[in-house]
Amino acid sequence: MNKPARTLAALILLAFAGAAAHASQEVVVTQKNKAFSSPKLAIHPGDKVTFRNEDTFVHNVFSLTDAQSFDLGTYPQGQAKSVTFAKAGTYDIECAIHPEMKLQITVAP
Amino acid sequence: MRLHVRLLTVAAIALAGCAAGTAPSTGDTHASAGAHPADPLLRPAAVPFPADNPPNSARVTLGRALFFDPRLSGSEMISCATCHNPAMGWADGQPTAVGDGARRLGRATPTVLNTAYQPLQMWDGRKNSLEDQALGPIGSPAEMNMPLDKMVTQLAAIPGYRPMFEQAYPGEGISQATVAKAIASYERTIVSTESPFDRWREGDRNAVADDVKRGFAVFNGKGRCALCHQGFNFTDNGFHNIGLRSLQGEGDEGRFAHRKIKVLKGAFKTPTLRDVALTAPYMHNGAYRTLEEVIDHYDRGGDDKSNLSPNIQPLGLSAQEKKDLVAFMKSLTGAPMAVEVPHLPAS
Repeated sequence: MNKPARTLAALILLAFAGAAAHASQEVVVTQKNKAFSSPKLAIHPGDKVTFRNEDTFVHNVFSLTDAQSFDLGTYPQGQAKSVTFAKAGTYDIECAIHPEMKLQITVAP
Repeated sequence: MRLHVRLLTVAAIALAGCAAGTAPSTGDTHASAGAHPADPLLRPAAVPFPADNPPNSARVTLGRALFFDPRLSGSEMISCATCHNPAMGWADGQPTAVGDGARRLGRATPTVLNTAYQPLQMWDGRKNSLEDQALGPIGSPAEMNMPLDKMVTQLAAIPGYRPMFEQAYPGEGISQATVAKAIASYERTIVSTESPFDRWREGDRNAVADDVKRGFAVFNGKGRCALCHQGFNFTDNGFHNIGLRSLQGEGDEGRFAHRKIKVLKGAFKTPTLRDVALTAPYMHNGAYRTLEEVIDHYDRGGDDKSNLSPNIQPLGLSAQEKKDLVAFMKSLTGAPMAVEVPHLPAS
């Protein structure tokens, strides 16, 4: 195998290794006592975050971050909604109803 | 404004003898009279304040003078206290506020009481602190109609104010920032006094009648009130569309004007229920004259269902349950507050 071919093969292997290490995961964040279960979260591109409401009143989740803005609407106790974060970046997440509820998600390879 | 806040005891904020220009101790948990920090429904022992504006007596004294001074308005006829009248629950008794030129404004005057504990100010939460809020009505052409640069010039021309500013904020001068900080410092002294509800929570079984106790149970259960009215200040500091029928020509989108999230369309901040019996009319648009009308609104499950909060549902309250709820809310009225009316510096 010549040098360029060996380099290409190594890159392909690295890519597969990276994909295996960063297999998409689901992370559950609870909303209880008007707070997210953690103020910060670090995930990888492709990971899914599920927001579960454990309060007796409705919550919302939204982000106006340019890379991926979303609004999950409202949902009551016991229900959950999910978002898959495709792109790397820093996402500021809030509950629109209760603006003291803040979460920062860092998405990095 | 830095988000970091420290805590100051209620007693320390009101301390008249505090040395001018120095901050009282911070971050402690000394209990003030009647406060009971272990019970989240009782008045907390401390009032939060931002790290760059710790209250002291000179700042409170200056803020009190500015709060009562009509020369902060373009007409020199309107002070903060004109609308936030301490004899009317720090509100004005009007359905909606009255501004410059006696023109009617679009929203009701909210009480100043316990705003020190609220992270966002105004019905739509567009102000991030009391300091941020303080200059808003002064500079608004519809409200006090005083250009803020002119306000600074006029205050600087009043000899008596110069030493007051120097004592309160040494070396900072008379500026928009120091005016805002002083008014905010005074507003942080406007906090709840002990109510019959507090005495009941503290163990005095005879502090309230049985209708109050029943009403409190309805409040937390069938009435669904505590879904939004939470904690000692009986507010979640949140924003909800409660299904108010828009008054003619109102068209007020509330917090949605500042946060384009669907749930916020027609949503307004949950007001405190402390001293609520003193602050009629009710709702952001003054739609209801009495607490009974307010309860009827919630019992119907609201009127305008177009973006109604799921927290609001028809309740099926009995006449007795409604009366009990009103009795409970009246038990949140604190003892009359001692308010020192300042002698304003002469022009």
